[in-house]
Amino acid sequence: MSLGTTIAAPAGHEPAPDVRDGSTRPRRRGDRVAYLFLAPWFAGLLLLTTGPLLGSLYLSFTKFNLLQPPAWNGFGNYLKLFTDDPRYLQSLKVTFIYVALTVPLQLGFALAVAVMLNRPLRGMAWYRSIYYIPSLLGGSVAIAVIWGQLFDDDGVLNGFLAFFGVAGRSWISNPDTALYTLVLLNIWQFGSPMVIFLAGLKQIPQELYDAASVDGASAWRRFWSVTVPLLTPIIFFNVVLQIIQAFQAFTPAYVVSGGSGGPSDSTLFYTLYLYQQGFTNLNMGYASAMAWVLLLIIATFTLINFGLARRWVYYEDR
Amino acid sequence: MTTLQQAPTKRRWLTHLALIAGTLVMVYPLLWMVGGSFKDEKDIFSQLNPFPGSLDPRNYVAGWTATDPTFTRFYVNSLLIAVLAVAGNVIACTLTAYAFARLEFRGKKVFFGIMLGSIMLPAHALLIPQYVLFFNLGWVNTYLPLVVPKFLATDAFFIFLMVQFIRTIPRTLDEAAMIDGCGKVRIFSRIVLPLTGPVLITTMIFTFIWTYNDFFAQLIYLSYPSSETVPVALRRFVDATGDSSYGQLLAMSVLSLVPTFIVFLLAQRRIVEGIATTGLKG
Repeated sequence: MSLGTTIAAPAGHEPAPDVRDGSTRPRRRGDRVAYLFLAPWFAGLLLLTTGPLLGSLYLSFTKFNLLQPPAWNGFGNYLKLFTDDPRYLQSLKVTFIYVALTVPLQLGFALAVAVMLNRPLRGMAWYRSIYYIPSLLGGSVAIAVIWGQLFDDDGVLNGFLAFFGVAGRSWISNPDTALYTLVLLNIWQFGSPMVIFLAGLKQIPQELYDAASVDGASAWRRFWSVTVPLLTPIIFFNVVLQIIQAFQAFTPAYVVSGGSGGPSDSTLFYTLYLYQQGFTNLNMGYASAMAWVLLLIIATFTLINFGLARRWVYYEDR
Repeated sequence: MTTLQQAPTKRRWLTHLALIAGTLVMVYPLLWMVGGSFKDEKDIFSQLNPFPGSLDPRNYVAGWTATDPTFTRFYVNSLLIAVLAVAGNVIACTLTAYAFARLEFRGKKVFFGIMLGSIMLPAHALLIPQYVLFFNLGWVNTYLPLVVPKFLATDAFFIFLMVQFIRTIPRTLDEAAMIDGCGKVRIFSRIVLPLTGPVLITTMIFTFIWTYNDFFAQLIYLSYPSSETVPVALRRFVDATGDSSYGQLLAMSVLSLVPTFIVFLLAQRRIVEGIATTGLKG
């Protein structure tokens, strides 16, 4: 790796760039070439990322309906969100329940199945593919459509229940159960965290298990004392990622409820309500305030996760 | 396969039994959908057995042309957008990644930090001003809001992926080329780019699948029937057909999954590897 610094300056006009000195000496020519490569990204950063980020912050303090110029509204939108909008509070509640249920359940399933698959087993690749497929297809509109049918009045679940003599009901059009069908839909897609866990399990040296077995540790004990500690970095990674994603869930709720978040707002996900406010009612200032609160919620959760990581995530090289 | 890990036969059978039971639960919804798409309307909900009596394609034929315009149009829209998005991500992200991985410039550390930070930024925080911008440009109901951002390297995740990959390419190659008189641009196009094959393919696969399956952006930007994509059209199909033609709805749902499924079959190993090593969501 140190080869680069020992090579003499080449015949070209430019001095050999020293890869390791950061950017202490200005190299204007080199800069220009680099900025040329970065031009598309800079344009995107300015026009589509930082610009809109600040733009939505500004809009969140205004009343804005897209057609007339924004009118300053101070903290009005934020005030209304938390004091005068029961549907907003409902959407917060729905989303927190969804995150609190799907993240641990989905990751629990993913880990359990990954552990089952992580042994010399005939057909392992098949099982892995089949368990993975729902997570590939699950985010689509088609699957959400199907889900609505499976849990409806005359849906398949009730067919099975009738088979066992249990009277079913519509799980989708009942406000007490609708959200849980969506939780189930997300758990069903445990395949991609499972694949990540599997890759992590393969990194754990077999000697550790052998040594633990020799010491008389049961399979259960080996799981908790070898597998889990060595897997914590990957568990951590999955937790961070899944929380961020779960807060932004949209498609299933939109499709299953026909865009309403019903019945009785029981599937009114945060992003769904944001969509309704911003794009159905054209309350774009209000929706921007919602977007910023969501940004802050997600950032807070992510920071808390990183803060807590020190206590439970185990890095071998530390 | 050490002897210690070789489970006893009985336990192995139990594991298989559990895994197969799990498999059935996992695939039942998919089987039910595919089976139902071939069934008579009255049988879809009354039969628990997912397998149809015959493979009668009439739901497919009727469903395909039930909308105006037909699904041909929606597939053309969807596939065009996906292909353009793939092209955009490949071009823009490699250019950016090369600069971050190989070139020195002022502000590199800061910009790299910003790039990493933008990966975690929820799209909703940018949504409304972006919409306002595209609305004022007159781009709503065109492909442009879905495609142009890709050419400006807004999918920072892939930049990061490529930076990581390019860093594994030995720098001695660049230096040898430099001695031969290659400039940065030629080093990029002749040396680095040809060696990024695996990560380019990963980028293409996931950009295609995500763009094709994306619903939110397409819902917002495409509201003319003729500009609609498959997911948006399918969603409207639910309302349009109401309670009358579930068979057709199922048939169109099945078809909408076919492109993703084909990509999965073709690139299964790379998809699984991509997720395992980088945490790409599936």
